[in-house]
Amino acid sequence: MIELRHVSKRYKRGGQLVPVLHDLSLCVARGEFLALMGPSGSGKSTLLNLIAGIDRPDSGEILIDGQDIARMNESELARWRAQHVGFIFQFYNLIPVLTAFENVALPLQLTSLSEAAKKARVLKALTMVGLADRLDHTPSELSGGQQQRVAIARALITDPSIIVADEPTGDLDRQSAHDILVMLSGLNREMGKTILMVTHDPKAAEHALRIVHLEKGQLEAGIAAVPLTPAASVAPTQKTDAHF
Amino acid sequence: MLIFNLLLRNVWRHKGRAALTFLGLLVATLAFGLLSTVVSAWYAGAEGASNARLITRNSISLVFPLPISHAERIRQVDGVSSLSWANWFGGIYKEPKNFFPQFAIQPESYLNAYPEYLLTEAERTDFLRDRRAVVIGRKIANSYGLKVGDNLTLKGTIYPGDWEFQVAGIYEGRQTSTDTAQLFFHWDYLNEEAKRRNLPRAQNTTGVFIVQIAEPARAAEISLQIDSLFRNSAYETLTETEKAFQLGFVAMTEAIVVAIQIVSYVVILIIMAVMANTMAMTARERTGEYATLKALGFSPQFVAGLITAESLMLAVFGGIAGAVITFPVARTFGDAMGTIFPVFEVASQTTVMQLILALIVGLVASVIPAWRVSRIRIVEGLRAI
Amino acid sequence: MTITAVPLHYSLRNLWVRRVTTLLTAGGMALVVFVFATSLMLDAGLKRTLVATGEPDNVIVSRKGSTTEVQSAVERSQAAVIAALPEVAVIGEPLASREIVMLISLAKKQSGKVSNAMIRGMEQTGVTLRRKVSLMEGRMFRPGSNEIVVGRSVRAQFAGVELGESLFFGGRQWYVVGVIDGARSGFDSEIWGDVNSLMQSFRRNAYSSIVIRLTDPQHYDTLVDRLNNDPRITLAAKREADYYAEQSAGLSRFIQILGLTLAGIFSVGAIIGATITMQAAVASRTAEIGTLRALGFQRQSILLAFLAEAVGLALLGAVVGLMLAAMMQWVEFSTTNFQSFSELAFGFELSLGIALASLAFGVAMGVAGGMVPAIRAARIGIVEALRCN
Repeated sequence: MIELRHVSKRYKRGGQLVPVLHDLSLCVARGEFLALMGPSGSGKSTLLNLIAGIDRPDSGEILIDGQDIARMNESELARWRAQHVGFIFQFYNLIPVLTAFENVALPLQLTSLSEAAKKARVLKALTMVGLADRLDHTPSELSGGQQQRVAIARALITDPSIIVADEPTGDLDRQSAHDILVMLSGLNREMGKTILMVTHDPKAAEHALRIVHLEKGQLEAGIAAVPLTPAASVAPTQKTDAHF
Repeated sequence: MLIFNLLLRNVWRHKGRAALTFLGLLVATLAFGLLSTVVSAWYAGAEGASNARLITRNSISLVFPLPISHAERIRQVDGVSSLSWANWFGGIYKEPKNFFPQFAIQPESYLNAYPEYLLTEAERTDFLRDRRAVVIGRKIANSYGLKVGDNLTLKGTIYPGDWEFQVAGIYEGRQTSTDTAQLFFHWDYLNEEAKRRNLPRAQNTTGVFIVQIAEPARAAEISLQIDSLFRNSAYETLTETEKAFQLGFVAMTEAIVVAIQIVSYVVILIIMAVMANTMAMTARERTGEYATLKALGFSPQFVAGLITAESLMLAVFGGIAGAVITFPVARTFGDAMGTIFPVFEVASQTTVMQLILALIVGLVASVIPAWRVSRIRIVEGLRAI
Repeated sequence: MTITAVPLHYSLRNLWVRRVTTLLTAGGMALVVFVFATSLMLDAGLKRTLVATGEPDNVIVSRKGSTTEVQSAVERSQAAVIAALPEVAVIGEPLASREIVMLISLAKKQSGKVSNAMIRGMEQTGVTLRRKVSLMEGRMFRPGSNEIVVGRSVRAQFAGVELGESLFFGGRQWYVVGVIDGARSGFDSEIWGDVNSLMQSFRRNAYSSIVIRLTDPQHYDTLVDRLNNDPRITLAAKREADYYAEQSAGLSRFIQILGLTLAGIFSVGAIIGATITMQAAVASRTAEIGTLRALGFQRQSILLAFLAEAVGLALLGAVVGLMLAAMMQWVEFSTTNFQSFSELAFGFELSLGIALASLAFGVAMGVAGGMVPAIRAARIGIVEALRCN
């Protein structure tokens, strides 16, 4: 469902134009869990940003579900993102003055759902990530792993088709990282979300179904990773709904 | 609702900073309010003027007297309903800094011409009866602790020597905007004493005539008529409405009034700089958050609006507090100034200006930060975290 | 134990790095210093103008108890007695000028509104007595004539007083034949004419005052005693400089009180701005402070470094404010002096004392605003500062 055709991107760094992606083409099928790996400066984050619609390529096309998002203007992109993309960042990027509930509810402000419907969705999402008992905690009152889980709930709240995660476990300890990755796999398998994850950690990449390597702005071979056992999915007591 | 919570909590995120900015707005609004009130006080005489009263003075300048004989001829002019007169005495009460106007008046006609000065029947009778009696306004009585029956001495400057009086009455003002910092005594007494003390220039003369007219619409016409009576005589007159007469005084010290008005806007500029700084710093610190919001799909206008709303909240709260506190502070200030500013009242126009300016400060302070925030490139903004 | 100071350029560089904040905060302070300085300058300008109006060896003799010449009356006979006193200098004839001072309403050029101008009738000796006054244009008025000369500021402020124009008052036309330069004294705001012509026109019989030149300035006290001891004389003598200084006392106090009160109130706003800025600076540089402390700088050094930054900010603002105030020296200020009831033009006078006071005021604001954040900075513990947040 995601197709990049001959995409190039250059950045201005210190007055000079540095090429980051060069004539890159890539296909991602619906429901894939893709890990983007590569050394620092290889352009993996840039590639993610382009697919997520928070950056524009200098040339090429980015077709997502048939729409070329590279042709959209700012406000069209914003609307598109609100509907189609869920974000998970390395440093969670939660709004510090809002509670977990409010952070998750934030993207719903861009929809026309009723207050009751919004509330129901938020509760569902937080329950799904196991934080129903921490609704009114602010980020400062949550651990790193818990904050990332709130972020995941926020990423899911508008039921987007794509979830992008930029180093989602970069700031977490081993156990929390594992839990997050398991959760992501679960979302991919059981809810059919297309997930694109940037990571530099090979262990994290193992949770994905396909790994692509980027080197100096160009793709290298894509390797299919061995899927993990189903036992490592979300806690068995919780039901997962396919959709909201 | 959620957005409102976001705004409110963002305002309070840095409690110290919010409190200081709020305080700054309060002080600036208060300062502006006080200065505007000082300017209003300057115009108080003109505000309290009646359009049914004309003032006739010597055309050369107020410093030159008019002969009392002019009275008869002025009375004959068509449209004049009654006539009174007054001399500026300009004496010193105890010390030069205890300044208040003192007038030698034609008692009965003057009190009739100024119905806004309220005396009890007893006080009025006592005053009219005793040549050495004096009537003082409530503001003077309060400032110097004077009561009916007290003795009062004025040191003359224009009319040299010591002048002894007794307080027969204390007049109240009909409105809060009425000047109650004046002293009145008998013109006849002044005239007699001028003769007795051998002050030739002061005999049978007056400073101004107060002409009451039945039809205010005819003021200009009647003024010209009165002046034409005395043209080419030794004592030419200039007649104008009381309001024009009072505004003449304001015009004399116009430079000071203008300077005060300019300075009152300087304080607004100062606080604008402070607020702009606060908003600029705040916006910069939250670059990552705004980038996140944009990533989530909120429009640039929305995030710009967040900054603007936050700035407005701070400014308006501070402005309202400042406007409210202006009233008690003005009252204290007015009392402290005593008889120098007989009327020191906060005009409703001043309060409206204060609120409008607070709004403007809030808007202007947020313009550049809001614009910058709306233009944040998401990728760079996220990198800033 | 020596305290190594954090290098000054650390503080100054930080001001440069956060340019916008620095500019805005300093800008607020600049405006406050501007108000402070111009108030002092206006008062100094007023004093200078009126003090400059007096010669050290001139004495004004007027009626006892009068505070301005307009209120005073000096009988002809008494004037003659004064002119003949031994303390009065004589060059051919006594250096004494009988004078009459009155106010006339004139319309101002710019606004058209009416204000009082001072007109002074004098004898020819009166012109001699005022050493500082010189003729700028035209010529001096002739004795016994209907001619008048106007001061530089009168010509600038009022309408209808150009060379060749005339004024009508007291029943006749008065022709402007010259413009005098009062050397930035009160005489710039006066109109001069012949005393006898004016008195006749205004039907006056008595003078307002008599101005005399002392043979020796030391004889002032003798003169004062003589007048006090003579029961026939109801006059009092005052040095010219003192006379004019007293005339400005009310206006001077007004300007001082208003100006300094305003500067005080405004400074609260500027100090708040400085505190907000410095507090934010401290908060954003917590790790840096921890590093400095770890490197061995004492708490006091940190405090001083941040205080120096605040003072640097304030000085920048103060200098800008002072420069703006300095530009006011080109502005002439004209208003009615409360006490004399006549129009007086004066300017803004900048002195070294005022400049230093303004800078000191700015520095004081900087210290007041920066003290609490600087103390907070000094209190930051090394460990918590170096921890990642």
